[in-house]
Amino acid sequence: MIETFQERYENRHEYAKQWKDKTGGKVLGYFCTYVPEEICYAAGVLPVRILGSHEPQDVTEPHIFAMYCPFCRDCLAQGLQGRYDYLDGIMIAQSCLHIRQAFTSWDLHVPTDWSYFLPMPHNVQSPRAVPYLVEELKVFKKALEVWTGNTITDDDLKRGIELVNRDRQLMKQVYELRKREEPPLSGLESMYMVVSSQLSDKEDHARLVEEALKELEDRTLGRPIGQRLIILGSEDDDHEFINMVESCGSTFVIDDHCTGTRYFWDEVSLNGGDPLTAIATRYVNRIPCPTKDWPLRTRLPHILGLAKDWDATGAVILQQKFCDPHELDIPAIKSALEEQGLTTLFLELDVTVPIGQFKTRVEAFLEILDEDDLF
Amino acid sequence: MAKYKTAPLKSWQRAKEIRTEYYQNYAVAHEKGGLRWAGGAWTFDAIPAGLGDDVYPITSEPYGATIAFQKDFSDRCLEATERAGYARDLCAYMRNYWGSIILNEYGWVDPGEERKPFPKPDFVWQDHICCSHAKWYQVVSDLEGGIPMYCIDVSVGPYEHTTEHGLEYLVGQMHDGIEWLEKTTGRKYDDEKLIEAVNNTCRSTSAWAKVCALNQAIPAPLEEKTMYSLYVLGTLQKSSKDVADFYEELLAEVQDRVDNQIAAVENEQVRVMTDTQPPWGFLRVFRYMASKYGCVSVGSLYTFALIGNWIWDDEGNFVPRPTPQSQGLVIKDRDQALRVLAEWELSKPEWQHFYHPKYKSDMMIQIAKDWKLDGVMLHYNRGCEGLSLGIAENRLAILDSGFPVMVFEGNMGDEREFDEARTTARIDSFMESLDVPKLN
Repeated sequence: MIETFQERYENRHEYAKQWKDKTGGKVLGYFCTYVPEEICYAAGVLPVRILGSHEPQDVTEPHIFAMYCPFCRDCLAQGLQGRYDYLDGIMIAQSCLHIRQAFTSWDLHVPTDWSYFLPMPHNVQSPRAVPYLVEELKVFKKALEVWTGNTITDDDLKRGIELVNRDRQLMKQVYELRKREEPPLSGLESMYMVVSSQLSDKEDHARLVEEALKELEDRTLGRPIGQRLIILGSEDDDHEFINMVESCGSTFVIDDHCTGTRYFWDEVSLNGGDPLTAIATRYVNRIPCPTKDWPLRTRLPHILGLAKDWDATGAVILQQKFCDPHELDIPAIKSALEEQGLTTLFLELDVTVPIGQFKTRVEAFLEILDEDDLF
Repeated sequence: MAKYKTAPLKSWQRAKEIRTEYYQNYAVAHEKGGLRWAGGAWTFDAIPAGLGDDVYPITSEPYGATIAFQKDFSDRCLEATERAGYARDLCAYMRNYWGSIILNEYGWVDPGEERKPFPKPDFVWQDHICCSHAKWYQVVSDLEGGIPMYCIDVSVGPYEHTTEHGLEYLVGQMHDGIEWLEKTTGRKYDDEKLIEAVNNTCRSTSAWAKVCALNQAIPAPLEEKTMYSLYVLGTLQKSSKDVADFYEELLAEVQDRVDNQIAAVENEQVRVMTDTQPPWGFLRVFRYMASKYGCVSVGSLYTFALIGNWIWDDEGNFVPRPTPQSQGLVIKDRDQALRVLAEWELSKPEWQHFYHPKYKSDMMIQIAKDWKLDGVMLHYNRGCEGLSLGIAENRLAILDSGFPVMVFEGNMGDEREFDEARTTARIDSFMESLDVPKLN
């Protein structure tokens, strides 16, 4: 059952094409998890996150200067290589400059019927952010209506909210199981579950998670758990890397990633109010990407809380090379984690990672943690 | 025999005085009972002006560039920042600035004096459009022991799609910011001073654009190396009366140079523009271009519009934006002042490419045509993710429009990432490809 999520991750394009054939609906590729999927579902559109393939490429060289993050270049490469030729539209919600270049170069060079830039506010700690975003969501909703030809009613929005919330609730149940002394799933399996949600129809995904939860109730990994780790930082769906770390005698039990908790942690709280206000409030108040986490670093206490509640003993801090927003938070996060008694390992990701070299560093890191256990 | 007559710029001395006074005033503010604040070059400096005439800013980017020009000190600053755990690919200006805080050494040294400790600001007043603008100042606040910080998000989309709710988002943050300033400093806010500072902001940024527009003349009255020393005043304090007055005086002088065909480069025979910040420690590259090839860089979207305000007029021309005050607007109260300021700054050309490179490509191509350029030299600047954003797409668009393009890679504030010999070799090749003969 759990393998289904990996299959979905690996066969993302086939899945989306089949969905399109089956429903006749439009598929929208999006570049950042600040895109309000609830409104897309309300419009009958399938939102799928555009991700890279972790393969060396040179097609983006003329389009994105090499000092921008490898993730954004990997994403653009997928478009330039025609792997997303089934998309009916693309969109981005304003986040970092890096991924925005993948969106704008895609807009310029990959034929697409519809593209949309949603100016998601950055100052999410200001009381002015929600009213502003509500107005932007009205504009976005209207644009979707024109594109799809479907009128989006409040009931449609509520249905979209319930659909996405349901999946979030189920994923939180999965994460609760990871608190166990013997977590029933690995960090890699968990990553596949979250990322497959970004690539699937939520109703379909939620059904799979419900079934998986039954299996997970009595499941064990069948191997020693080893060191319990938290993984955090920039976008990371590098399965080869995660698998390597876990095969060295550890288990990722929790994360702070946009391919993990940051994606699904917060729900839309409708409470009988206006659906667009509820959606705007969720996206403004969600666990932020560091580019929006100012003037206070609200992620700091959140990360420390996750590490404590999931009983992590060490932290792997990952950063996509050149990812400025994360680079600006890492010294503070590293220091705070170490003050809480966690040993940290910092690694920089590229499109492909040097597994051999990283393995040496990970083994040394785990040895330090094992020695800590002895004394 | 020179092709054109040339002469030093008469305003040069005054520009130097304004810059010197700026860094001195910031340093001694506390001695006179005043306040110090830190923020970026794009911040709404007109707003803290309402706290009084004894409130002095330091803007991080020109301060970082000032350090970059002092190579030994810059190396020490960059290394101090790296030792503190900050990545080497972060904004080079800020790495210089943070290093100066960590080392507790001020980047401004008066002639004949020892380097002094870095004067700690009382608060941070910043804006945010690049995805790390506000984050820079979290680090400043961390390094300065947690000084209070306020930041305004200006990223509401391109100017041509400005909405009322987008404007309201900015103005609302500004109103909240004034309350925050009063609470943080304990001072009463003076709306009259705000209004004057907003008027100065519009005046200085419009006048600088008009100065740059005069560079369409052949021969060009200014070259970019000189322009760097002039536009910088707007990055220091565009809301100050001194800066606004200076640009208006400069405009008259540059007009006189155009009328009398006084050239910046006496043997001008080829005209180019650059893009993004230059490698500040290596401005002699511009002298090399001028002396060896008679090549004048007439500026760039960066020098024209980092501070200067421009607009597309109804006929599709890219022109200096006239101030609303010059068209009869009289600001009467705080809310109106903030709305004028927000709307004015949202049209800043250097904010448009943050949403799509097409906006910048269109402006650069128009400049290439109207300033009668032979080619374009793009600085792929590893030191600034904000202004290098989309630069590869700009290159493709400019090439498509028929202008030759040369790229060179470097870093505005980290000399370790600039290869001078390789760059001059590229310039030689570029000039050869443009059929530009070497000067004897």
